Amino acid sequence: MAHVIEAHADTHAHAHAHDEHEHHEETFITKYIFTIDHKMIAKQFLVSGILWAFIGGLFSILFRLQLGFPNMDMSFLKPLLGGWIEIQKDGTGALNPEFYLALVTMHGTIMVFFVLTAGLSGTFSNFLIPLQIGARDMASGFMNMLSYWFFFASSVLMFSSLFFATGPAAGGWVVYPPLSALPQALAGSGDGMTYWLLAMSLFIASSLLGSINYITTVINLRTKGMSFNRLPLTIWAFFITAVIGILSFPVLFSAALLLIFDRSFGTSFYLSEIYVAGEALHNVGGSPVLFQHLFWFLGHPEVYIVLLPALGLTSEVIATQARKPIFGYTAMIGSMLGIAVLSFIVWAHHMFVTGMNPFLGTIFMFLTLIIAVPSAVKAFNYITTLWKGNIRFTPAMMFSIGLVSLFISGGVTGIILGNNALDIYLHDTYYVVAHFHLVMGSASFFGMMAGIYHWFPKMFGRMMDERLGYLHFWLTFVGVYTVFFPMHYIGMAGFPRRYYSFTGFDAFRIFADLNMFISAAAIVTFSAQLLFGFNFFYSMFRGRRATQNPWQSNTLEWTAPLEPGHGNWEGQIPYVYRWPYDYSKPNAEADGFTDYIPQNVPYSVTKNSNLPHENDLIALEQEEMIPEDKSLVELKHIKVGAH
Amino acid sequence: MTNILLILAALLLVAIFLVIFRASKLISIFRNDSDPDKVSQSNNIHAYLFLILPLVGFSLAGWYAVHHLGLIIPPHASKNADITEPLFHQATVVILLMFVITNAALFFFAFKYRYKEGYKATFFTDNVKLEIVWTIVPAVILVLLVVQGWQAWKKIMYTAPENAQQIEVMGHQFAWKVRYPGVDGKIGKYNFRYTDATNEMGLDFSDKKNDDDFMVSEIHIQKNVPVVFNIRARDVLHSFSLPHFRQKMDAVPGMPTKLWLTPTKTTAEMRQELQGRPEYQTIDEKSGKTRADGFNYEIACQEVCGRGHFAMRLVIVVDDEIDYKKWLATQKPFTEVNKEYVAKARIQQQKAKASGVAMVSK
Repeated sequence: MAHVIEAHADTHAHAHAHDEHEHHEETFITKYIFTIDHKMIAKQFLVSGILWAFIGGLFSILFRLQLGFPNMDMSFLKPLLGGWIEIQKDGTGALNPEFYLALVTMHGTIMVFFVLTAGLSGTFSNFLIPLQIGARDMASGFMNMLSYWFFFASSVLMFSSLFFATGPAAGGWVVYPPLSALPQALAGSGDGMTYWLLAMSLFIASSLLGSINYITTVINLRTKGMSFNRLPLTIWAFFITAVIGILSFPVLFSAALLLIFDRSFGTSFYLSEIYVAGEALHNVGGSPVLFQHLFWFLGHPEVYIVLLPALGLTSEVIATQARKPIFGYTAMIGSMLGIAVLSFIVWAHHMFVTGMNPFLGTIFMFLTLIIAVPSAVKAFNYITTLWKGNIRFTPAMMFSIGLVSLFISGGVTGIILGNNALDIYLHDTYYVVAHFHLVMGSASFFGMMAGIYHWFPKMFGRMMDERLGYLHFWLTFVGVYTVFFPMHYIGMAGFPRRYYSFTGFDAFRIFADLNMFISAAAIVTFSAQLLFGFNFFYSMFRGRRATQNPWQSNTLEWTAPLEPGHGNWEGQIPYVYRWPYDYSKPNAEADGFTDYIPQNVPYSVTKNSNLPHENDLIALEQEEMIPEDKSLVELKHIKVGAH
Repeated sequence: MTNILLILAALLLVAIFLVIFRASKLISIFRNDSDPDKVSQSNNIHAYLFLILPLVGFSLAGWYAVHHLGLIIPPHASKNADITEPLFHQATVVILLMFVITNAALFFFAFKYRYKEGYKATFFTDNVKLEIVWTIVPAVILVLLVVQGWQAWKKIMYTAPENAQQIEVMGHQFAWKVRYPGVDGKIGKYNFRYTDATNEMGLDFSDKKNDDDFMVSEIHIQKNVPVVFNIRARDVLHSFSLPHFRQKMDAVPGMPTKLWLTPTKTTAEMRQELQGRPEYQTIDEKSGKTRADGFNYEIACQEVCGRGHFAMRLVIVVDDEIDYKKWLATQKPFTEVNKEYVAKARIQQQKAKASGVAMVSK
């Protein structure tokens, strides 16, 4: 069969000249700044996300210092925080309680939106969608560029709000009014909150521009043969994430818009019967609960917007490094679709004790616990994928295994929190903090790390240092568990969230040991990220040169040149003949392959290892695809020793 | 000076790190032992670590939990807590089992199926039976948990008890205001526009039901008598949380809410009971008593409300019938304590009403 292909390839070899994509002069600005190349935009998102992650992480260290060491003299932070460190009578410095709330708020906002939405989904959707589906770029490169620059503008606004004399937004990342609407009630609800709302509006625009692009690209620009049932799970995850984003982010925008109206134009959407700072306000008839409904209509799907891409990346990494097909490919897609649909009808489980009608609470409890089923299926499928694998522990693989563990450990407590009778007590305690930091925060963060370690060679043509990667993983994995696992205990003891200090209550004047332990663990974990930061930026310039397909992976991006130019493939885009998970296929050796058969290898050349239904497809591909496939000549180079 | 020394020390550390990193990198390149096609030599080490670290870590976490169980699960004292506590313990056991089984499988497989030269992974793509089993098993477990939760939720949240003691609480930055209905058993109307420094809850004095209402700085309730808290907020969201009674409800400006409970142990009985618990024998620094002797039921704010969010503490005392009646007898109506103020306020409120600014009181 190989002869046939070569013959075809030869006849078409002359056609290559026509396929050369246009060479346009690139300046520094068009290449690195206002670029429309999806790969560069992905790197822009990634670098911005990493910078934000360090800021968001640093904030958590600051407030953990307060919680773990309440009597500590913080005056050494004065050069950094200035007036937010208040000098007490005894000469020691203490963190301003409102600034503590601002730190908590900005930590949440930054991590959820700027790191795990833009930095994770923005990076990998942009980078992998065209490369894995076989497209030259996004459907609209210009919109893609706008998507980044809207995000950049949003970042600038959010960052500058940190420097206001009244501080940044401080009412929690959920910015519930009336607290977020009344500067009289909280200093951060002044200019800081205005900037928060403006920044988030720009962010939503950025997210929508990105999502529309992802969806259009996946639907329209798949290479020949790349049917939906041959898409890598990464692409399925990005696709579903984008759909969720498009349906839910506009609702957050409406919530933000009405809040802007209440704050600046005297309307009463969320405000009613308020007496604050010695004055009765004119607002009557609004409902703060309305905001919560609107907010969580995005807020809950947002959990899956950050989680699904991480799960998608993990699927790909686990299959590749376990040298096994992902178990239950169809079930994985089915559960992601199930999660996507259900994610829209569970939002009010964040609101069981807001005074909402208890009958609604009943409905939302049932819907919420249904969503645990597809999540459980995903976890089981990951575990089964490891079973009888041949696992290579690359840093990416280890972060993926870590993700599955965190996803389970954080997920099971959701069963308790979703049970509204039990949530009455646990709502707004540290139990919730532990739950979502494990299942959504840390799990998604691990997915992002897995993605970076795995696709770094594709992004920069160089490898990251493995040993630093291992050290980074173990410190982070142990660190994350030591930070968040003890929070279950203090949560069960009833400790409320967002408390500046616990010494005022008899009931909460315990567990000083655990709080100190958590803070120390947080500092170690954060410091370990510096190893990553160094590794990332160092390897970008001085890492070892990568080979074209360092992980011996099946997906299309590894068929592109080591450092692909704009357009991704020289010559024709490869066609796709099979699904992406033909790892360790029985009898592959008889066809001249090792333990992986890339997606662009036709069934015609793997007759020994084909499954019965795959043999049936040979006639079709010989008739419709192989004669036209000019990339097959290149296939020979990719698979040295394959024939 | 110390700062400069610290910075220098940090820089030195970074420099040492860089030198070691670069040197070991060169060595590894020289040895060529990081050929990307070759599986990392540390593969086995990681496999063992995946087995050992979680085992050690979770065992330590479990050990800590067992030794501090009395602190982790605080005592409870209400009828609704009698329903939810067993449910919580049961659900916790179930999720602990899920947690242990799945994590054990994950880490064990990671260990067992670590890379071995010449081994070929099994091409195992699908198994409908397995998929069905692990869809249905979690679904059934969840249904069992949810149905119980639903029954409990209905009992606790759906209908307020009749003949309950009514109490009004109002959250504001940063304290709770509490009002009892007085002898008529009915809480009088209020209007947020009547709020001022004295009339902090905005009582509408044209309502006769307000005449006997009294305010307190410490809530007293009676054992085994149901109590309904009528909750509102004056400025921003708060949440009226009673951890020992396992109850909680947000306080929402413009939308009055309610919660109810029936206390089952008086404060004195709870102090007595805690004598038997070793973790309550430590001396509390603030009160100088043991934690058992100094025990109080406390109310906390559990929805972020600003600078003083962490300081909205209120004590709630559960009395037996005799003590409760005694305490009740000492309370004086607001209108009696603030006679002069109320007389003036009545006139002002009438004027405001006539001007059409103030609207209907609630």
